[in-house]
Amino acid sequence: MIRIFNNTNFDFLGKWRIASTALVAFIVPALLWIIIGGFNYSVEFTGGTLMQIEFVEDQDVGRVRNALGSAGIESAELQRFGSDRELVIRASGAADVARQVEGAETVVASIRQALDQEFGEDAYTVIRTEAVGPRVGGELRQRAIIALLISFGVTLIYLAWRFEWRFGVAALVSTIADILATAALMRYINLEVSLFVVGGLLTVLGYSLNDKIVVFDRVRENLKKFQKEALSALLNRSVNETLPRTVMTGTTTLATLLALLVFGGEVIRPFAIVLTFGIVVGTFSSMFIAPSVLLKIEQRWPHAIGARRVTTEGTAPATQS
Amino acid sequence: MSNLKYRLLIVGLLVAASIVALWPRTTIERVERDGVFAYDTVKRFPVKRGLDLRGGMHLALEVDQSQGTVADPADAIARAERVVRSRIDEFGVAEPLVQRIGETRLIVELPGIDDPERAIEVVQQSAFLQFQITDRTQALERVAPRLDAIARDLNLAVGGTADGDTARSSPIGLEGLLQADSSADSTSSDSSATQSQGASTGPFQRSLQVGQLPGQYFVSADDEPLIRTLLAREEIRNALPPGKQVKWGADSLLLGAGEYYRPLYVLDSRPIITGEYLVDARPNQDGLQGTVVEFQLNNEGGRRFRTETGRHVGDYMAIVLDDRVMSAPVIQSAIGTRGQITLGGSTLQEAQDLALVLRAGSLPVPLSVVDMREIGPSLGQDAVQQGIRAGILGVILVILIMITYYRFSGFLAVIGLGLFALFTMAMLAGLDAVLTLPGIAGFVLSIGMAVDANFLIFERIREELDAGRTVRAAVDSGFQNALSAIIDSNVTTALTAAVLYQFGTGPVRGFAVTLIAGLAASMVTAIFVVRTFYLVWLSRQQNPQTLSI
Repeated sequence: MIRIFNNTNFDFLGKWRIASTALVAFIVPALLWIIIGGFNYSVEFTGGTLMQIEFVEDQDVGRVRNALGSAGIESAELQRFGSDRELVIRASGAADVARQVEGAETVVASIRQALDQEFGEDAYTVIRTEAVGPRVGGELRQRAIIALLISFGVTLIYLAWRFEWRFGVAALVSTIADILATAALMRYINLEVSLFVVGGLLTVLGYSLNDKIVVFDRVRENLKKFQKEALSALLNRSVNETLPRTVMTGTTTLATLLALLVFGGEVIRPFAIVLTFGIVVGTFSSMFIAPSVLLKIEQRWPHAIGARRVTTEGTAPATQS
Repeated sequence: MSNLKYRLLIVGLLVAASIVALWPRTTIERVERDGVFAYDTVKRFPVKRGLDLRGGMHLALEVDQSQGTVADPADAIARAERVVRSRIDEFGVAEPLVQRIGETRLIVELPGIDDPERAIEVVQQSAFLQFQITDRTQALERVAPRLDAIARDLNLAVGGTADGDTARSSPIGLEGLLQADSSADSTSSDSSATQSQGASTGPFQRSLQVGQLPGQYFVSADDEPLIRTLLAREEIRNALPPGKQVKWGADSLLLGAGEYYRPLYVLDSRPIITGEYLVDARPNQDGLQGTVVEFQLNNEGGRRFRTETGRHVGDYMAIVLDDRVMSAPVIQSAIGTRGQITLGGSTLQEAQDLALVLRAGSLPVPLSVVDMREIGPSLGQDAVQQGIRAGILGVILVILIMITYYRFSGFLAVIGLGLFALFTMAMLAGLDAVLTLPGIAGFVLSIGMAVDANFLIFERIREELDAGRTVRAAVDSGFQNALSAIIDSNVTTALTAAVLYQFGTGPVRGFAVTLIAGLAASMVTAIFVVRTFYLVWLSRQQNPQTLSI
């Protein structure tokens, strides 16, 4: 029988300072960046128009840009997509979005007209169009934020009911850190934030909580079993005992995500990137962050998790209360 | 052992129910039969592909309140839904979807269409048909000086009326423009008067040129924007003669020396009849008139039409579609239930579409597109292929990991994984879910996560074995002790997925549904089905000493 990480005895809680420093160092700059510059939102959120065009022959991007410019599409961004014949046109500047108030399709129509004039109707095909009016965009942004907050609220209530509120808070605090770290990555690599990506972020939320619950479930069980053990030692024991499962589940999930990354295609890729990173961070924080947060909470507001003596981390004398 | 029999029976029933749920179903759908679209029964696989996988167009429409507020948008959108649905049904696509979302939004999904602009036109056109008698009292000429005075007060009589325009149009004169027209009428003498006087007084008197028939005027292409702006002003509208309306013609005309003129009509505000009495409309091609749409009114409409047209013999009747005058024929004698709308140089396709929207009835309120997505069929096909490839690779990786690491127990879990996939698909079929690209991603992801429950259980069994329990006891307590973690972790993930469903749209909802179905199926397989497999294995051993795990 193959066994990995069996009967380990790593001091996860002892590393909490390094772990949390690393996490904070990763999150804070991105957070500032996000506050100043926001995300690279897709047209779903900003409103605007995106068209993916395939030309019959290779086309010069400059010529397309000129054609669009003379048609009054001011803020169009052009990007090659795969081959030299495929092009993504994105018009999400304020002026173009404002034009879509009277109808989301207006900018699409003028782009088509401009291309028809410059290249002729048969020179290209439209592969994909997204035209979102400004109101829908704002609405979606609001809904995405509400969805995240409600997810936090609902899971906190569930955890408070199933465990004890300290567990719920600890799980949630470390999960929020995971979400922030994933959002930070999205900022660093300038990932386009679409609805699908936000869906990925919510999945990270679910997965990361899931991971913490497995650890805390073991803590809950061990609290009954080892009534005299110091909390920090007990937390370490619980993380070590659940380690094989944590690693195995992380591995298989990452394996399927790897498949999505390699073969899933352009549309799925951003989602797969978000999940891959989120799951790595979530796994990491279930081992290092979540138990430490629980310990800190217990040190601050003692005597809630059974009547036991709480020790500071690093020194773990198993003195009983 | 009867306990085991029941378990096997339940597993068997679950499998059977899943197969039934996935068996091709007979449903009634709009499909193509010999080139004609009709509702018919079809047999198909119950899980439909979403628009992003088969290509097509998605439209979200709302009541357009930019031209004036609508008192009850929710009611208006409900009425609009019926009209749009009957139009879409005749539009010629298989399996269209028209659905109201929330209070004020209408969703239209058209799989596999190749002309999105035409589709938008058909959905959006108001198709409000009116018949109005043109004015024969020269009402506009009489108020023109007053309108000009108002325009001056508004300071709008600038731009587009530079001296050049007037200088050019004056010498041509209207008689010159209309020489070819035999029906030149008595008003033509007035026109030159209006014209010469207008040159110095204001935009209305300057740009309006009297046309061939009573109540018709021509405005040159250069002056048109200015007159349009002026006519949009409330002050000007209020100064128009009571009981009269001004409407533009649908097409510009090339008159005289290569200049385009757009007709402007003064009409009696009260329509003699509207399109609500229309029962049929067909496109046709007429040698003289070009493309036409012939329509037929119901009996009541016919009666009214006959009375009204009888009263107006010799007058001109403007056929007004969506506030644009299509044509204004003279009424020779009372007209009954039949009539036609001439479309000039339009194509037969356009006539077909007009006939279609007229038959379906007019929209009660104008609609505007707030969201439009279109996906080409090739992109959808690629997505399906990529999704399938990723799924297969993901499954192979998971199987390899499971069997290498857990041997026989891993093998049992892999069989469980097969059932997991079956149950998930069956649940999607049962929920009438639509398979989208995010849905496929969710499914592939849930394969990775489905084995989590197995890991929890297997690792637990290993611990119990380490603690020196017998195989039987270890399996029992392994399943029991892992239960709370499995339930808690799955419920929280399901909760976030439910929130995602509530707040997401279209494809993201597809993802949420797939994830929830996957979670439920994985709990059933890991906790119940795989345990049953163990029990079967244990029942065949007298006293197992070792477990391959």
